Amino acid sequence: MLQIENLSVNYGGIKALKSISLEVPAQKIVTLIGANGAGKSTTLRSISKLVRPHSGKIRYNGEDITAIGAKQTVERGIILVPEGRHIFPDMTVQDNLKIGAYLRKDDQISRDISYMHELFPILKERGRQLAGTLSGGEQQMLAVSRALMSRPKLLMMDEPSLGLAPLIIKDIFAIIQRVNAEDKLPVLLIEQNANFALKVADYAYVLETGTIQMEGAGTELLRNEKVKELYLGTGD
Amino acid sequence: MSLDVFLQQVCNGITLGSVYALVAIGYTMVYGIMRLINFAHGSLFMMSMYFAFYAIGFFVVPWYIAFPLVAVLTAVMGMATERIAYYPLRRSGSPPTSILISAVGVSYFIENFATVLFTGRQKLFPSIPFFTDIITIGNVRLQRMSIVVPVLTFVLLIILMFLLEKSKPGMAMRAVSRDADAAQLMGIDVNRTISLTFGIGSALAAVGAMVWGLKYPQIAPTIGAMPGMKCFVSAVIGGIGNVKGAVIGGLLLGFVEVMIVAFFPALTSYRDAFAFCFLIVVLLVKPTGIIGEKIADKV
Repeated sequence: MLQIENLSVNYGGIKALKSISLEVPAQKIVTLIGANGAGKSTTLRSISKLVRPHSGKIRYNGEDITAIGAKQTVERGIILVPEGRHIFPDMTVQDNLKIGAYLRKDDQISRDISYMHELFPILKERGRQLAGTLSGGEQQMLAVSRALMSRPKLLMMDEPSLGLAPLIIKDIFAIIQRVNAEDKLPVLLIEQNANFALKVADYAYVLETGTIQMEGAGTELLRNEKVKELYLGTGD
Repeated sequence: MSLDVFLQQVCNGITLGSVYALVAIGYTMVYGIMRLINFAHGSLFMMSMYFAFYAIGFFVVPWYIAFPLVAVLTAVMGMATERIAYYPLRRSGSPPTSILISAVGVSYFIENFATVLFTGRQKLFPSIPFFTDIITIGNVRLQRMSIVVPVLTFVLLIILMFLLEKSKPGMAMRAVSRDADAAQLMGIDVNRTISLTFGIGSALAAVGAMVWGLKYPQIAPTIGAMPGMKCFVSAVIGGIGNVKGAVIGGLLLGFVEVMIVAFFPALTSYRDAFAFCFLIVVLLVKPTGIIGEKIADKV
C-alpha cells in the first residue's frame, strides 16, 4: 500500500535518513523502532510532507506521491498523529474533533464524533472543555480520535506512548488494534517502547542512525538477541 | 467642562478608538499567524486613502460603492505584498528577522512609490456629508460619523468573531496561528490561510483609513506612519496576537488620547508622545498586554 524506496532526508548538513526503504502492506500494523535521533520521526514527517526528502521515492497505491504537498497527502487519507500530540489547546475538545474532519464534505461527521465518544467516553464528558486542560493521556486519546475523524486510509503514529502511564498506553494500543482489525486500517507505528510496539506489530523495522539495520515479523524481532539487548533492556 | 462637551468628547474618543481598533486587528492577526510585525500595514492604510480619494474625487463613484471597493482593493494589495515579499522568504525557511526586514522594506517601497505616483503634495480627502454632517442629540452636537463609525466597527467585529469562531476558514486561521505543523496535518492549506489573514486585516485597515480620512482630510504619502505606529501600539497594549485585545487596546488608546487633549488642552502637541508613554506604562505593569498571554516562540 505504502512503499518507501531509498528515501534520504538532510537537515542542513546532517543526513537524518540515509536511503531507507520500507513497506506498509494493506491492513497490517508495521512498526519502526529505534533510539532517539535514529530518524523515526523524520521518516513519518517526510511521508506527511512536513519535510522535503533529498532523494528517493514515496509510493502510495502505486502512485508516486513524493512531490505532492501536505494537504494532498491528507486528501489521500495518509494521516499522522504527531509526536507530542499537538492538539489545539485553545479550542474545545469538540472543535478539535471537528477540525480533524477539515477536508471532509460528507454529512457523516457528527456520526463519527459519536463513534469517537464511544471509543473514548472521556472525550464526550469533556467535549466543551478546552483541549489544553486535558491530561496527557486524554490529549493522546484526542489526538488519535482527531486523526480518525478524517477517515484515514493509512494511520501513522509517532510515539503515542510518550510520557503516559502504562495503563493508558495499554488503552491506546488496544484502540489501535481495534481500528486496525475492525476498519482494516493499516498503521505505521513509531515507538521507543519497543516491547509494546513489537507485540502489536505484524512487521517491524529497526532504524539506527538513519539506516535500517534489521527487519522482520514483530514476534520474530521480539525474540532476537540483539533487539533484546539494545531495545528491550532484557539482554544478558 | 460641561456635561455636553464631555459627552461629545466621549463620542470622539470612541470614534478614534474604533479606527485604532480596526487597524490594530490587522497587526494582531498577522502577528498571530506568522509572528511577524507587518510594518507595511501603515503603508496600506495610506494607500487606501488614496484609492478612496481617486475613486470618489476623480472617478466620482458614490461613497457607498467606493468604500467597499477600496476595502477589496486594499485586501488584494495586502495579499499581494505577502505573496511577493514574505512568501518566498517563508518558503526558503529564512529566519523571522529576514521577513521583518522585508516588511520594513515593503513599507518604505510603498511610501516612495506613492510619492512618485501621487506626488508628495498634500491632497484633500473628499468630504462626505453623510458622515461629516453635524447632528444634535439633546444638547450634544457631533458629526454623524461619531455614531455611525462605532456602530459599523461593532458590526464588523461581530462578523469577524463569528468568522473566526464558527466558519471553517476561521477555524483554519486559529489552527495555523497556534500550530502550523499540526494544521497542515489536518489538511489545512497554510499559505491560503495566511493569505486570507492578510486580506481580512488589510480590508479592516481600509475601513479605518477611510474614517481617518474623513476626520483628518489632509493626505500625503507619509500619512500612514504615525497612525500605523499607534495602531501597532494598540495591538501591543491589548496583547498582540489576540483579536479582542487589539479592540480593547485600540478603544482604550483612542479614548485616553482624546480625553487627555480635552482635559489638558495645553498638552495637545504631546498627544503622540502620550500614546507611547501609555504603552511603556502598560508593558511595565503587564508585559503581555492587557489580555494577552505568553505565546511560545515557534521552534
